[in-house]
Amino acid sequence: MLVMNIEKFSFTYPGAEAPSLKNITLPIEKNKITSLIGPSGCGKSTLLRSMNRIHDLYPGNTYDGKIDLLNETTGEYDDILAIKKENDFIQLRQKVGMIFQKPTPFPMSIFDNVAYGLKISGIKNKTELKDRVEEALKGSALWKEVHDRLNKSAMGLSGGQQQRLCIARAVAVKPEVLLFDEPTSALDPISTSAIEELIVELRNDISIAIVTHNMQQASRISDYTAFMYLGDLIEFDKTEHIFLNPKEQQTEDYITGRFG
Amino acid sequence: MKRLLINKIVLALSTISAIIGLSFLAWILITLFIKGLSSFHFSLFVTDLINNGLRNLIIGQFILAGFASIIGIPLGMIAGIYIREYGRGRYANLIRNLSDIMMSAPSIVIGAFVYAIIVVPTGHTSGFAGSIALAIMMIPIVISTTDSMLSLVPKELREAGIALGASKYRVILDIVIKAAKVGIMTGILLAFARIVGETAPLLFTSQTSNYFSLDMTHAFPSLSVSIYDLASDVQTSSRDLAWAASFILTAMVLIINLTGKFITRNKK
Repeated sequence: MLVMNIEKFSFTYPGAEAPSLKNITLPIEKNKITSLIGPSGCGKSTLLRSMNRIHDLYPGNTYDGKIDLLNETTGEYDDILAIKKENDFIQLRQKVGMIFQKPTPFPMSIFDNVAYGLKISGIKNKTELKDRVEEALKGSALWKEVHDRLNKSAMGLSGGQQQRLCIARAVAVKPEVLLFDEPTSALDPISTSAIEELIVELRNDISIAIVTHNMQQASRISDYTAFMYLGDLIEFDKTEHIFLNPKEQQTEDYITGRFG
Repeated sequence: MKRLLINKIVLALSTISAIIGLSFLAWILITLFIKGLSSFHFSLFVTDLINNGLRNLIIGQFILAGFASIIGIPLGMIAGIYIREYGRGRYANLIRNLSDIMMSAPSIVIGAFVYAIIVVPTGHTSGFAGSIALAIMMIPIVISTTDSMLSLVPKELREAGIALGASKYRVILDIVIKAAKVGIMTGILLAFARIVGETAPLLFTSQTSNYFSLDMTHAFPSLSVSIYDLASDVQTSSRDLAWAASFILTAMVLIINLTGKFITRNKK
């Protein structure tokens, strides 16, 4: 079952002559990890950032095609490119969360960081907030390290902890999809493997799309892999097919390190 | 060899310039200290100018600057937030440039402006007029600080807030301003230090008064304006009092400035 379905999608940045993404068709399977790989500038981050319409923070983009998102209650698909109202954007982003390359803790306590999205979505009950924060921190393998300093500033955490805090913050609002934009490229190997384990665990509840420059990472954790090049989707398949016997020459060249 | 020589000459020139610049500052401070301290007495803080004290003037100066802050800080901050977070293209740049020009407007011109629009229609000088003149001086400083401090907040932080489903204004209020809080507070403190010692905007707006007063609708006691009056007085005792007042005013500004620096340093 698909949680998102990208169909004939094109994207142009404001003022740009040529589109940055051309006619992309990519299914995102429910409760699977889909990774997007490709050399810098191939459009993988642009694609990821279209999936929660965060591009719209900066006006003037041109979208074309469709990005369907599964509506869990009705079982039907809604085109997120049709969203125009502020309220619908907020709902979309509560369903499709995002983790960035650089950890982005808010300048507030650890507890308030995780509770932020919950408060935004209207949860005011103190006990419920406490339970949800604890659940999210446990689910992000951070509870043991921070349970006795929830009221301390999140800025005091290490880089890897900050990134897990950002994941906890995103998980707390129970999204259906989580988008990871190179989540480990600013972290050391130990923090990286902790985050990777976490992503694999999250798959049970959440569908995941991840942009990564690290091909080992893509092959280690993802179920599906899409290879992109210069705004085109070159090949999409199960991860083992992409890495063991790719159909396209460009894919093979890239994964064997001949260019990129 | 030539490079080394040039290096030495430039180093010597800049050292000499630094010494010349700083020695003037030291000269001013030392003169103020010696002259001010010789006529300084703690009784100055408990008697009013009419009894050769400064109490009413110090309190008046803070009230004038405080009321100016009540007007200037929110207006300046909101305008700064608009320019950085909402304003687009030409209009935001227009306001930013106008504000920068305002910042370098001669303070006496601001005083004359407020005189024309408030003092003349109401028929007399007043504390309000003085505060408004100070607020006009303060607003562009607060705008510029808020603007530049907000620009230091990384865009990823804004995106992270938006990605959690927060609306733009919530992200600005809850996250961006919090991240820039220390910088903005320091800027505001420095803006306050800037206006608390001003004379020209008050000269013909609030004027000054020899008596203690909390009535902002009439001429209002001001330390800086009284220094101006006392310094040009024929009596030596008045001029001595002016030195003491200058010393106190300088100390006040210095303390506020140092507090600002202290806050910024402690942040890091």
